[in-house]
Amino acid sequence: MAKEELIEVEGEIVESLPNAMFRVKLDNGHVVLAHVSGKMRMHFIRILPGDKVKMELSPYDLTRGRITYRYK
Amino acid sequence: MLETLTPQELKIMRSVGKVAASFFRRLKKKVHPGISTKDIEVFFDNYLNQYSNMEPAFKGFHGYPSSVCVSVNEEIIHGIPSSKVINDGDIVSVDIGIRYKGLYLDTAYTYTVGKVPGLAKKLISVTRDALEAGIQKARVGKKVGDIGAAIQRVVEANGFSVIRKFVGHGIGKELHLSPEIPNFGEEGQGCELREGMVIAIEPMVAAGDYQVQISSDGWTAKTKDNSLAVHFEHTVAITKRGPKILTY
Repeated sequence: MAKEELIEVEGEIVESLPNAMFRVKLDNGHVVLAHVSGKMRMHFIRILPGDKVKMELSPYDLTRGRITYRYK
Repeated sequence: MLETLTPQELKIMRSVGKVAASFFRRLKKKVHPGISTKDIEVFFDNYLNQYSNMEPAFKGFHGYPSSVCVSVNEEIIHGIPSSKVINDGDIVSVDIGIRYKGLYLDTAYTYTVGKVPGLAKKLISVTRDALEAGIQKARVGKKVGDIGAAIQRVVEANGFSVIRKFVGHGIGKELHLSPEIPNFGEEGQGCELREGMVIAIEPMVAAGDYQVQISSDGWTAKTKDNSLAVHFEHTVAITKRGPKILTY
């Protein structure tokens, strides 16, 4: 099974959108469209605008990402 | 630090590799028009049942729902088995993983179904050559970038593209370990390969552009331009006497 080539970044939730999607502003200023990782969904972790999160991005599509952790 | 396996562990992995290769040989006779991708999963599960303590490694891995990946035509990898029917002219990539005594093997093969277009045959032949070129670089002292550079050279010389989003990986006591083994790169770059390391080299090649689109199921990866894609993979041990393919 192939591994995904990913970079880890941090950002802040700007907006919550339908279908558990979020607009996230990265530390470098870019805004990406992100979904929540399956693991977080499984544990019912709530994410709200203003939350700081860790994300995975593919270097080959920098406009979309996956939220993998919400900081306390 | 990068994991290395003992000679005893390598012996175990080699015996599991033979089981995997034998499955692919048997599967060849069963892949014909009319079967579903789910049937392939059933064949694999039944096949592994004969071996006590061998488990499909993919099931539950990061939430993956099945024990095999079956990817047809423009699907590259991670196709989830379903009632989708395989037709004459299709190319079908099957990716399997086996766990035994805490050790993992990972291998993939692309089958042709009936009469396939010349482009598909060429894509398959080039990808196999690329995998072989990559394996030849899997030696003590070489770098991870040497493998990717070799694969990329073969693929692009034939006008095809190397998928960037997914990569090969170390393997051993876990399915995915460092280092990542991209199928593109520069010679002399990256991690140095050492004796006792085991890696999964898996070129994924598209006839068209390398951009990927993930389906709404969250897993199946296909080419954005719908061009055909092929996947081959071997688990290879880095030994002092050269690369040793475990999965044939």
